[in-house]
Amino acid sequence: MQERLKQILEESKKQLQEAVSVADAEDVRVKVLGKKGQLTEILRSMGQLAPEERKELGQAANQVRSEVEKMLDETFENLKSKAREAKFKAEKIDVTEPGKFYKLGTKHPVTITIEEISRVFKSMGFTLTEGPEVETVFNNFDALNAGPNHPARDWTDTFYVNDDVLLRTQTSPVQVRTLMNQKPPIRVFAPGRCFRCDTPDATHSPMFHQVEGLVVDEGITMADLKGVLDSFAKQMFGPEARTKFRPHHFPFTEPSAEMDVSCFKCGGKGCKVCKGSGWIEILGCGMVHPNVLKVGGIDTEKYTGFAFGMGVERIAMLKYGIDDIRLLYENDMRFIEQFK
Amino acid sequence: MIVSLEWLKDYTDVKVSPEEFCERMIMSGSNLETMEMVGEDMSKVVVGKIVKIEKHPDADKLVVCQLDVGEEEPVQIVTGAPNVFEGAYVPVALHGSRIPGPLHGQPKQEGGTKITKGKLRGVVSNGMLCSFGELGFEDKVVPVNQRDGIWILGNEYPVGTDFADTMELKDAIIDFEITPNRPDCLSMIGMAREAAATFGTQLKYPDTKCENEEGNAADYVSVEVKSPLCKRYVARVVKDVKVEESPWWLQRRLIHAGMRPINNIVDITNYVMLEYGQPIHAFDIESLAGHKIIVDTAKEGEKFVTLDGTERTLDDKMLMINDAEKPVAVAGVMGGLNSEIEDSTKTIVIECANFEANSVRTTSKRLVLRTEASGRYEKGIDPNLCEAAADRVCRLIELIGAGKVVGGKVDIYPQPESAKTVHARVSRINHVLGIELDREQMVKYLESLEMKVEGAGDDMYVTAPTIRQDIEIEEDIVEEVARLYGYDNLPVTIPKGNNEASQSYERDIKDLARDTMCAMGANEIQTYSFVSPKGVDNVRIDEDSWERAFVQILNPLGEDTSVMRTILTPQMLEVMGRNYSRNLDAMKAFEIGNTFMANMIDPKGLPYESDNMSVGVYGKDEDFFTLKGMLEELFDKLGIKRVKYIPESEYGVYHPGRCARIVATHMAELENGPAEEEVELGIMGEVHPEVAEKYGIGTRCYLAELMFENVTELADTEKVYTPLPKYPAMSRDIALLADEDMTVDQIEDVIRQAGTEILRAIRLFDIYRGKQVQEGKKSMAFSLTYRAADRTLTDEDVQAVHGKVLEALKEKLGVTLRDM
Repeated sequence: MQERLKQILEESKKQLQEAVSVADAEDVRVKVLGKKGQLTEILRSMGQLAPEERKELGQAANQVRSEVEKMLDETFENLKSKAREAKFKAEKIDVTEPGKFYKLGTKHPVTITIEEISRVFKSMGFTLTEGPEVETVFNNFDALNAGPNHPARDWTDTFYVNDDVLLRTQTSPVQVRTLMNQKPPIRVFAPGRCFRCDTPDATHSPMFHQVEGLVVDEGITMADLKGVLDSFAKQMFGPEARTKFRPHHFPFTEPSAEMDVSCFKCGGKGCKVCKGSGWIEILGCGMVHPNVLKVGGIDTEKYTGFAFGMGVERIAMLKYGIDDIRLLYENDMRFIEQFK
Repeated sequence: MIVSLEWLKDYTDVKVSPEEFCERMIMSGSNLETMEMVGEDMSKVVVGKIVKIEKHPDADKLVVCQLDVGEEEPVQIVTGAPNVFEGAYVPVALHGSRIPGPLHGQPKQEGGTKITKGKLRGVVSNGMLCSFGELGFEDKVVPVNQRDGIWILGNEYPVGTDFADTMELKDAIIDFEITPNRPDCLSMIGMAREAAATFGTQLKYPDTKCENEEGNAADYVSVEVKSPLCKRYVARVVKDVKVEESPWWLQRRLIHAGMRPINNIVDITNYVMLEYGQPIHAFDIESLAGHKIIVDTAKEGEKFVTLDGTERTLDDKMLMINDAEKPVAVAGVMGGLNSEIEDSTKTIVIECANFEANSVRTTSKRLVLRTEASGRYEKGIDPNLCEAAADRVCRLIELIGAGKVVGGKVDIYPQPESAKTVHARVSRINHVLGIELDREQMVKYLESLEMKVEGAGDDMYVTAPTIRQDIEIEEDIVEEVARLYGYDNLPVTIPKGNNEASQSYERDIKDLARDTMCAMGANEIQTYSFVSPKGVDNVRIDEDSWERAFVQILNPLGEDTSVMRTILTPQMLEVMGRNYSRNLDAMKAFEIGNTFMANMIDPKGLPYESDNMSVGVYGKDEDFFTLKGMLEELFDKLGIKRVKYIPESEYGVYHPGRCARIVATHMAELENGPAEEEVELGIMGEVHPEVAEKYGIGTRCYLAELMFENVTELADTEKVYTPLPKYPAMSRDIALLADEDMTVDQIEDVIRQAGTEILRAIRLFDIYRGKQVQEGKKSMAFSLTYRAADRTLTDEDVQAVHGKVLEALKEKLGVTLRDM
């Protein structure tokens, strides 16, 4: 019987080694370990043996059984992994084929730029506010300290609806609306559309966007103006951006300034974008003129403030390298999609 | 304002390099436009004297010149210029030289042009004789008699010397941007005052005192001012005038300031205008009838021929200079042809007058005639300048020997302008600027600008010279201190106080809608707020419809931008048309923008402004339902439920069978308490083929326009959690045979009513027409989901309700079940 066990083990081993499919291995299992299998038969016939012999043979048979089971497990595992490999090989794809069509839309570059500017000012505690595009002459000029003969009032410069109503030429009337409706402390910014009688060309558009800002509180200084706008420049154009404030003139601020930012293309060395100067003019600003504060009934001895305004198209064009403002209002999908 | 640095140094002793000069002037408030170094881009160009001219043997138009350039042998140069003569002094570009300007008739080259010797029609030419243009001067500054030919120097100069050095051409020409509050800076003295304050140097005024004067001006001319629009009129007289070419230094300075030299008298008036900023006019006294000057407004409709030879029609608001009989000049704008200085002129009247800024501005506009003088008057000029400027003209005439100055002057100045005093506080200045500067330093800054400071302690009483008409209030003094202290030196601080940033709910909803539309693949467009009124015709809007209640622009650039838009649809179609014409085979876009409606109640009031949103799509994957799907998803995102699409066949923009009004139902707070209310959100559909054709869109396209205010009103972005279902759902699919014009809404309404609360969802999943379905009918397949919140439904539970649903469909709509 021992011989027979040995033979079963050898045969099983040989057959399993030759097995090429799970079915082949299953055949071996049934032949050896099945209900009518060779080993089962031996174990079943052991009842006739003497206890001594039975014990000895039982041990031997169990050992063969466990060895066959182990070989079966290994074979099954082996065959499964081979089958999986074959499957993988057959299912191989070309990962360089293009992805399936899926498309996000894109916001207009002017919107994107306004959102970026807004993010920065909101982070500094400014509230977004808006005003109408068609404004009163009072809010657009008179209240902003522009004299009755200020050249910007000319029909050649400003679009009029009637003697008292115009298309706003700047977002500054939102300052007036804010001052008339709100008490200090005031910290607002206002993006929006503006209009001037410019015939469209590469750098002019009769409609454009500005972002206006206004801060009024006790103890606001020109140093605060510099701090806020310098921080804006660094957040908008990168931490290495430097700013320069040059004296300038606006009717509604005094002292007034223009702010230059170190050229974000060349870092200030001088290039085509900054016309060799290393600086790019970004915005106008200044301390709110007392005549403007008075429109809102604000005590100019107690409160001071600063205001600023910037052209959105100009910033967008500089940032994205757009060389013709008209592209922004042509709305060619191939243009807009570049800002995804 | 163009500033020649060489000239400026006459008035203040600036020693820094041109670059540093510009940089520091910028920081003290004179913004730089451009800075150009001139006279430094020529080499080996020398002064030469033509000693001999011979005909070229083989060319009629060429001559062969022998030039003395200070060497032993004369240099031979061939030229085609017609104006050369023996004895003339000329600029000579020698062999191997470089000149800045373009060669005659050729484009200008970067870095200039190199001149080498060569042969012209077989005759050796060892260089070139140069014109103004070839030496880099713009045509507009070249003296008229020198424009066609070689530059003939007006004097004798040492031959062989470096031309640029000898003619003193080397200079920095700086163009400063002058802001409207500082007309005083439109003058050399004004700029010198700024430079002196910036660099701490002294300001020196030009010499205005004549050495010899004869007679009395009042004996030559009388002046009468009849209009208050003339604030001052100063007249001086010069006799024995010799009208000729100006000396070179005078010509050079005008040329460097961008002006063309004309003759000594005109040049001096221009020179003094540039010096003081005061326009000056010279009349030939013989052309003034009665030797009289009367300043008065014109007669309505009167005709007058100005110096430029144009006849102009005057009105009674225009201020004129007249003689005893006729007008001779438009005050502050332009002289008349009838009193022009001519070579034969012997005695001149020099006018230095001050005319009211707005009067000049209006006149210049009405006549469409802008001149250097009118530009200056309309910005505002200090009337106190008249006298000094008139004296300066006389002094220069005397200095160059152009005439004999008559003593005295006529000066009509009814209300002399006196200097204003402004109260400013040291503490306030420091408070606004965020610095702690002492009084002494502030006074120093102000005095450097020729302001007088009085008072003590915190109080400064500042008197600015009358030339500074912009100094009126304390803030003006703050600004003067700030710019001389240097904006760069101000500290950088962050304002104290802690504001909570926010934005309006409307803006939040707009942002959300933009994000949602982009997520669905639509690109955002932005179009002009003003449009052509024809847009509403193109999209077939009814004649009397509200979309035609335009806000009109009185002075538009053109009809295309002459009214404010009432709807966004025409521009969306325009953009679709443009993209279609550029061969883009699909497009999905949206715009959120303001629309405007004329104020019918108060025509002088502001119009009604509201946001609209347009959506436009075309392409092979698009149809009515892809657009509707986008809108449904948008409304879902904005929390707008119960939206209905009601067929609309009357709105001209759309295909009459493929258009829907979009209406939402919500609970509104009405007068009698909360009640359901229907609100129209907008309209959508397939664009009418005629409209699409108008915009050049050669494919089916789809459009929607929403009234965004209503969308915002109904939006509800509050989220409330609903527990997940605890019990399983059961679904029943049914296929219904319905008449062709039965709508999905009709069927769903009946199902919903009969379905009780256990019917949780109805979903249409197929519509079939064709084989096995009779003509005029369609098969519609719905999936109905039943679920109870408190138990697992049994087949019997569902069947009881589902049976009722089928019954109701049959009874109410005549719709029957079809075998699936």
